[in-house]
Amino acid sequence: MSASNYLVPEPDAGPDTQPYWDGLKDGRFLVQQCASCGKRRHYPRPVCAECYSMEAHWVPVAERGAVHSWTVCHHAFLPAFKAPLPYVMVVADIDVDLRVNLQLEGPADQPLKIGDRVRIAYRVVNERLTLPVLVREVREAADA
Amino acid sequence: MIASADTMSLRDKAVLSGIGETRYVRAPGSGKTPIALQMEAALAAIADAGLKPSDIDGIIPFAIPPLVAEDFVTNFGIPDLKFSALTPMGGASATASLQCAAAAIAGGICRHVLISLGRNGYSGTRITSRLAAMPQFRVVGEFEVPSGAVAPAQFYAPIARRHMELYGTTSRQLAEIAVTMRRHALLNGNAVMKEPLTVEEHQSSRLIADPFRMFDCSLESDGAACVVISAADHVQDMPKRAVYLSGVGEGHPESPSAVSQRRDLLAFGTHKAARRAFAMAGVTPANIDVAEIYDCFTFIVLRQLEELGFCAAGEGGAFVEGGGISLGGRLPVNTHGGLLSQAHVGGMNHIVELVRQLRGEAGRAQVKDAEVGLVTGFGDMCDGSVAIMRRG
Repeated sequence: MSASNYLVPEPDAGPDTQPYWDGLKDGRFLVQQCASCGKRRHYPRPVCAECYSMEAHWVPVAERGAVHSWTVCHHAFLPAFKAPLPYVMVVADIDVDLRVNLQLEGPADQPLKIGDRVRIAYRVVNERLTLPVLVREVREAADA
Repeated sequence: MIASADTMSLRDKAVLSGIGETRYVRAPGSGKTPIALQMEAALAAIADAGLKPSDIDGIIPFAIPPLVAEDFVTNFGIPDLKFSALTPMGGASATASLQCAAAAIAGGICRHVLISLGRNGYSGTRITSRLAAMPQFRVVGEFEVPSGAVAPAQFYAPIARRHMELYGTTSRQLAEIAVTMRRHALLNGNAVMKEPLTVEEHQSSRLIADPFRMFDCSLESDGAACVVISAADHVQDMPKRAVYLSGVGEGHPESPSAVSQRRDLLAFGTHKAARRAFAMAGVTPANIDVAEIYDCFTFIVLRQLEELGFCAAGEGGAFVEGGGISLGGRLPVNTHGGLLSQAHVGGMNHIVELVRQLRGEAGRAQVKDAEVGLVTGFGDMCDGSVAIMRRG
């Protein structure tokens, strides 16, 4: 069996988190916004840590941001990740106050630095799962 | 340093009365079950404390399966177990268990608490599978594992990268840590790694999750280690020199379940734990003669040195250079070889080693006249635990 036959581990979503995954399938990156105080939060969870409200709306984020840190992965800790080696995981500041830790699309050997501009894109894995990814922004689009 | 009444509450209320270890091995594996390994180490620790197994009245097994307190009750015929608990903090668990045990003892619940950790980390279930079973990894399991961040090396590497970008920390400085741990391991008769390591060998080892190379990563190994912590008035019956638990604390970082969601990636729980432990013990980093610092990865040692206050943020690289953390250096670190070169026993081997140092039983790795020492735990997305001990 070749590495590519191994499947990406699929998320075990529940009612608290399913809207996030559904949003990705529609090409939208949704986060929770507290219905009481308006504070946004990510990763999805039941309670607002600002005001303890358990009511929230799902709102799309501005999909642009900047590199906060990263790692170039050269070892696959699960068989599913042998095929893409080496790949880059980027921790990025997204929108004004959100963080993601996503795979960066494109060659793994291009230099990176803190502050490099990235944006969220969507990769369809199968009919059940679309994963968000990051792509580098070209310089002209940095302030778009 | 002024300690408030609440932070002094556990100072010297308990002693590290007994230590025990199995042989630490890799291939072909221990050939024993995790239960047998832990029982072997526990029996050694209990005998070392001058106790009978049935004297144990408190048990804190490692929070990651397969053992539960009941296994010890059954195997040792413990007639009346009065206290059991878990400290589910990954690699911070062992040292955090000292706080839990001391609190139970100081509260009069029990007198002799066994803390146990052991597994076939090499020949049995490996790290990725063990993590998948831990509830603390549920969040990253849903939101990061599908994207390709699966193992601790991949969660912690961006922390190291950020430190390097902000402060100019280098891979060669990380190599200094790996090389020092190896040198110390070679002084120990019970270390998995038996050959010297050079900076050049570290630099040419394969990349795992940049900036971590293979020799930045701790071992996967088989074995068990246990300690017994007892009420301080047990010292009169102890065959070995008393080692007092002077200060202890645990600390949890912001966003304890996901490194990526932490505003400051470099802020571990360690600094919170350290503040409490130092205040409780009434000492400062300058008083520490020897430190056993949890070393799942080289960089994690470097950053803990900063969080513990041995140097300022960004100065960890310079601190470890030039033999700074070697025996004979300004702060001897991991005199047993640590998780990097002795064995990965979840940091219980760090506690065992600190007790040996303060008893004067550390053999060729003995820090001369060690009076006050420190041990840390770290894990589970940067939870921290710190204990300060002094010889009696």
